[in-house]
Amino acid sequence: MNESLKLTTPTDREISWTRVFDAAPDLVFEALTKPELLRRWLLGPEGWTMVVCQVDLRVGGAYRYVWSHPDQGRMGMGGIYREIVRPERIVNTEAYDDYPGEAVGTVVLVEQGATTILTTTMLYESKEARDAVLRTNMADGLAASYSRLARALAESKGAR
Amino acid sequence: MTLSALAEPNRLRIVELLRETPCSVGEIAKRLVLRQPQVSKHLRVLNEVGFVGVRAMAQQRIYQLEARPFEELETWLESFKGLWESRYRRLDSLLDKLKTDRKTTKGGHQRS
Repeated sequence: MNESLKLTTPTDREISWTRVFDAAPDLVFEALTKPELLRRWLLGPEGWTMVVCQVDLRVGGAYRYVWSHPDQGRMGMGGIYREIVRPERIVNTEAYDDYPGEAVGTVVLVEQGATTILTTTMLYESKEARDAVLRTNMADGLAASYSRLARALAESKGAR
Repeated sequence: MTLSALAEPNRLRIVELLRETPCSVGEIAKRLVLRQPQVSKHLRVLNEVGFVGVRAMAQQRIYQLEARPFEELETWLESFKGLWESRYRRLDSLLDKLKTDRKTTKGGHQRS
């Protein structure tokens, strides 16, 4: 399986990333939309836990995620579903509690053999907004990429 | 913002070319098959955000990449990637478990 994540900036207001998963689209779709499944993977760096995960999966329905850290407080975000085409497409708005502005996220799932190609594209209100998101995620990503790697590898080995 | 300067495809091509070797405006225009005024315009933008520096050599102005903004940019992108990579690795193992659960609980009704 190709586990590499490809990240691009197609325009100055977008970030897009693509990843292949070793599962059929309906299963990936479930993992992206069911709170009890989202809680198990949509995590931040070490020390953060997901304390709120609410999903009202219908057009016009809202979702809300909140993560919490003992020293660093809470980080919340949420938005409204604009399009839902099971199991191939989700479009939703995305806004963070602590930052102004709203982005639009599009997730596309394409079946390829026994795998699913997932592409996420985030469209921000301005290039400044997009760059701010990249910067904000910097610290998170650095911490996450090391400490979680070891655990994820151990877990996936245990699952097989 | 420095990052957005690279959103323009030709500007990105110029940066990629300069990564190999410092060039004059004329060389860049020739190698990328762009018009010289267009190249100059892009170089001006890249220079303003600090991506590209210029030095005089003989009669020519030679453009070269400045390392610092790229280190910063790369850090942003890499770390953003890192966050999602770690999430997706968790998703991998979750999907593995879900597939196994389906097979064991629902027997042969699911497609393989």
